[in-house]
Parts: sequence; structure tokens; C-alpha cells
Amino acid sequence: MNENLFTSFTTPVILGLPLVTLIVLFPSLLFPTSNRLVNNRFVTLQQWMLQLVSKQMMSIHNSKGQTWTLMLMSLILFIGSTNLLGLLPHSFTPTTQLSMNLGMAIPLWAGAVITGFRNKTKASLAHFLPQGTPTPLIPMLVIIETISLFIQPMALAVRLTANITAGHLLIHLIGGATLALMSISTTTALITFTILILLTILEFAVAMIQAYVFTLLVSLYLHDNT
Amino acid sequence: MASVVPLKEKKLLEVKLGELPSWILMRDFTPSGIAGAFQRGYYRYYNKYVNVKKGSIAGLSMVLAAYVFLNYCRSYKELKHERLRKYH
Repeated sequence: MNENLFTSFTTPVILGLPLVTLIVLFPSLLFPTSNRLVNNRFVTLQQWMLQLVSKQMMSIHNSKGQTWTLMLMSLILFIGSTNLLGLLPHSFTPTTQLSMNLGMAIPLWAGAVITGFRNKTKASLAHFLPQGTPTPLIPMLVIIETISLFIQPMALAVRLTANITAGHLLIHLIGGATLALMSISTTTALITFTILILLTILEFAVAMIQAYVFTLLVSLYLHDNT
Repeated sequence: MASVVPLKEKKLLEVKLGELPSWILMRDFTPSGIAGAFQRGYYRYYNKYVNVKKGSIAGLSMVLAAYVFLNYCRSYKELKHERLRKYH
């Protein structure tokens, strides 16, 4: 156990130079580009997966919304790969840093909302009032809808940070508990180890799901606004 | 000692041990030279292990293993306090 449980979440710096830049850029190495029609297995698999995801996610948008395909696909690839790489031992996950998630969430949300306000002003303003509300409630409801609009980027960022950080912390804690229990009672250690296995499976799922959820929500905000 | 092939164009495995320092100093250390070295290295690995007809999981796993190893080296300073030793 670390003297401070959170030392694994500090930004990696080597001799004062930010190593975190290299770590953030590393997943791009794992997605090679190719201009050929028939590629090697690695590239074919990735292209197939990307086609599957893009069809599923961008089919709900009109032609204006589909101009965002590149952005949303890069987003889901980045978050998914960064989260999955963070499950390797000793690695650093950039998505545990709230600063980075805010940096992803706020511009994307703001872009979607501002597009909506510029192009369909009436419809965007109409979102602030659900249909069929009784007249006395209108002022309060507008305030509530405004707050819920402005909380969207915060929720996006904090959701991703909290999920990934919590998962990593749980793995650290339960792993440490298994190790400590080994000398005390082997059966309990085995039970804890099984819990660790299940947790790791969960974390793999969470890594991918969080990427999906983030991108899906941005896409939803986009759909509302195009 | 005049070699048949000039020192600059020899590959590393053909350089004699005494000529090694001068060979290293003759390499291109400009930014574009270093970028070229990284690019050459990347494509060498890619074309040998990934860009083949029947690529296997080994191509990806070796990269991930190297990544894990580098991260271990990076965090060794904190990790060495967690070894099972009587005196740290």
C-alpha cells in the first residue's frame, strides 16, 4: 500500500519534464493508418470496429450532425484506449485527471450548444421549457432547465473522472487487502482474489462503457442542437 | 587505418569496437535526424510484426509489455518502498 493511496494518480514528471505528454500521445501509436484496400489483420480489425461504432452512433443525426463524425469517433477511440491502457499494471491513466476531462467535455458541449443557438435559436431556447407545464411554474422551471443545461459539461467530466478513479482505487485497495490477508488466512485471501478478478473484468467493461457514454452524450447534445 | 568502406556508411554490427565512439558521434543528431530515427524504428517494428499477412497478438503484446516495463521504471522510486524487506 502506498503511504498515500493517491500517489498513483499524480502526473508523471521525469526530471521536471512532463512525461504525461508522451503518455497521452501513446495510444495514437496503437492505431496505424493505411491507405490500402486490403490491410493486415490489425488494421482490418480496427477499421471494422470503427465502422460498426460509427454506424451505430451517427445514424441518428442529420447531415449537419454527421459532420461531427470524425470528432466523435476520435473521442470514443481516445477515451476507450486510454482507459483500457490504464488497466495495465503501473500505468498512468490520463482520464483520471479532472483537468483533462473538463478539457474534453467543455469545448464539445459548448460547441454543440452554440451551434444550436446560432442555427436554430428558437428551438434551442424552447428547450428550456418542457411542453405542457402549468403557467405559474414557468419561471422556476426555466431556472431549473438552465441549471441542468450548464451542469451538463461538469457532469460529463466528473462522471468519467469519478468512474475511472474509483475503479482504479478499488483495484489498489482490494489487491493490497489480498496481499495482506495471504499471511493471515489463505481462504479469505482466495475469496478476496476472486473479488479482484471480478473487479478487473468489471473495470474492462467500465473502461469501454465510459468511453461510449461520454461520446453518446455529446452526440445527444449535438442531436438536440442540429 | 583506412577501411574499405567509409565509417559513416557502415551498419552498427559491422563497426569495430574501437571505432564505436567515432561512429556514434557521426550520427545525425539534428531534430529531423532524430525524428527520422524514430520513424525508421517504428516502421521497422511495424513491418516486421504487424504489417504481415498473418499477424498475431504478439505484435501488440510486445508493445504493451514494453509500455508496462517503462511505466515500472518510471515509478520504481515509489515502488521500492513496498518491497517485503525488513529494512527499507
